[in-house]
Amino acid sequence: MVDQDMTANHPLLEVDGIKTCFYTVDGVARAVDDVSFDLKRGETLGLVGESGCGKSVTALSIMRLLKAPLGRTVQGEIRFHGQDLLRLSASRMRDIRGGKIAMIFQEPMTSLNPVYTIGDQIAEALTAHRNMAPKAAMEKAVEMLEKVQVPSPEKRAGEYPHQLSGGMRQRAMIAMALSCSPEILIADEPTTALDVTIQAQIIDLMLELKEDFDTAILMITHDLGVIAETARRVAVMYAGKIVEQAGVFSLFEDPKHPYTRGLLASVPRLGERSTGGRRRLREVAGIVPSLYDLPTGCSFHPRCPEAMDVCLKKRPDLLDVDNGHRVRCWLYPDQAAVVPERNAPEFREGTQR
Amino acid sequence: MNELITVKDLKVHFPIRKGFFSRTVGRVYAVDGVSLTLSRGETLGVVGESGCGKTTLGMALLRLLEPTGGAVCFQGKQITEMTPDERRAFRREMQIIFQDPDSSLNPRMTVHQTLGGPLKVHRTGTSAERKDRVEYLLTKVGLTPHQADRYPHEFSGGQKQRIGIARALALNPKVIIADEPVSALDVSIQAQIINLLTDLQQEFGLSYILIAHDLAVIEHICDRIAVMYLGKIVETAGYRDIYHSPGHPYTRALLSAIPRPDPRIKRDRIILKGDVPSPMNPPPGCRFHTRCPERFGPCDQIIPEIQEVEAGHFVACHLY
Repeated sequence: MVDQDMTANHPLLEVDGIKTCFYTVDGVARAVDDVSFDLKRGETLGLVGESGCGKSVTALSIMRLLKAPLGRTVQGEIRFHGQDLLRLSASRMRDIRGGKIAMIFQEPMTSLNPVYTIGDQIAEALTAHRNMAPKAAMEKAVEMLEKVQVPSPEKRAGEYPHQLSGGMRQRAMIAMALSCSPEILIADEPTTALDVTIQAQIIDLMLELKEDFDTAILMITHDLGVIAETARRVAVMYAGKIVEQAGVFSLFEDPKHPYTRGLLASVPRLGERSTGGRRRLREVAGIVPSLYDLPTGCSFHPRCPEAMDVCLKKRPDLLDVDNGHRVRCWLYPDQAAVVPERNAPEFREGTQR
Repeated sequence: MNELITVKDLKVHFPIRKGFFSRTVGRVYAVDGVSLTLSRGETLGVVGESGCGKTTLGMALLRLLEPTGGAVCFQGKQITEMTPDERRAFRREMQIIFQDPDSSLNPRMTVHQTLGGPLKVHRTGTSAERKDRVEYLLTKVGLTPHQADRYPHEFSGGQKQRIGIARALALNPKVIIADEPVSALDVSIQAQIINLLTDLQQEFGLSYILIAHDLAVIEHICDRIAVMYLGKIVETAGYRDIYHSPGHPYTRALLSAIPRPDPRIKRDRIILKGDVPSPMNPPPGCRFHTRCPERFGPCDQIIPEIQEVEAGHFVACHLY
């Protein structure tokens, strides 16, 4: 049920082998390295990982929002309707950004402009992308606020971000992002800064609006619970790479990468102790490696309970091991069959810190 | 005596001052009439959303904040009426672990200075004995003795939190108050810290008050759970009762709102309408009535008293 329509229709967005680096005084950080995935119309893809794994940088690379000399996407293609976003002129990209592909950020207070009213900020998107007259844009902004269930939307449209609560601000962000009916919505930790009861409201709202607008969502979060609830397919990232990608059911029920398994076994689950007694949480030993100085071979090998000799030497590829369930790990025999020449000259462009 | 801490009708209000003469124009009712007990060896969880007063409650228990009303008794002695000597002894018995390990460690002090500080203040042992104690504490929290001369910035987030835990253990306390000890950490590191906390409890016979917003973490660690909403405790019960038969509508909503890492769980989610009201101007009657899906007659007028609905299960709601 999950994987069958993977080939059914043409993907809206194809991220193909992108690599994004940050060039700093400390050296080169390979924040995103060889990341590929696609997103179909109306689908929700979850991108999950811990802080520093490159999930937000992936989103910023798609939106081309990285600051130029410091962070650059140096390799790969990001095709939107078959057209490579990385080759578009700045003005063409500006039309797509916010119009066709919109983004909501984690902290609505820092991503809304404090000196403009909520209504002005939503209306700006409409005048920029839809050539609407200011008055019509404002009316539409109020209508959008109503759609995201902001009480008394006319009044709220005239207020400034600081006058709204966290949940209201996030609703305003969603209204802004959806105002131009984008085809893709990138949500970067949209509920992390919110309380659980407000988080439930926002997730509920996003799923409802997704149906109404037929928007594809790229849901970026560290919260496995949010992923399980919203996504249909999931990609797990670790140290800049996707280590596992599968349908949500096969990922949660049959995780194949040791990192995914560790992650799933490390979270306490509500009701588990009440029904079956206390289980010792599984620890993923060690810490996330520095992006300036990644381990050789598989980046996860220093923390992996099943590491073998080959893991230290060669980088595994992301391969399909079971009906669209893709995993980047030497535990799976297909890996050995791959011609290892891609791995042969060991990648070492990062200088030591 | 089995009860270590008894709290009766504790109130902590913060005045809001305005204008040239700093007149008090209102109050934030951060903690408003909380009663609870903590027994020896027990782990009590305090759960609630931001602004419900859970951190203020923790601070008041340690007397890091002066209560506005009510009483906190430690082993039968009211903490606001202790003599200086008694207070010094009390300070050794109760310690705290903070949420953010970055801001709760002094960046200019080595680990040795941070951990040795409390020992020095309480005049424990000679300098050599203190050094041994620091090394012992470091091994207990999963660090190595040779890390004692390093500074906080040389450690990762999880390691810093271990240092915070070691500091709380330094004086062999009876009670540790842990205020969101894992919420600033990554998922894979959270498990390490949760396991460490449960191990240390076994080994040193500690009692914990764990303050958190994550019910899954609370349920995993705590024996008894108190649910707070807008400065009041709305429900207290054993962890099984909270999960299997939550009494208060807020507890039920909270339980149903938590996203579960299992895509097969079918849920009847109770979506609460609206936001948490401001603690400056709490609603009359039951403080939850503005968002309660089961509100009826008396809810917006009469403040419900907390009452025992089953053995050991207390709920403050007019439904009972």
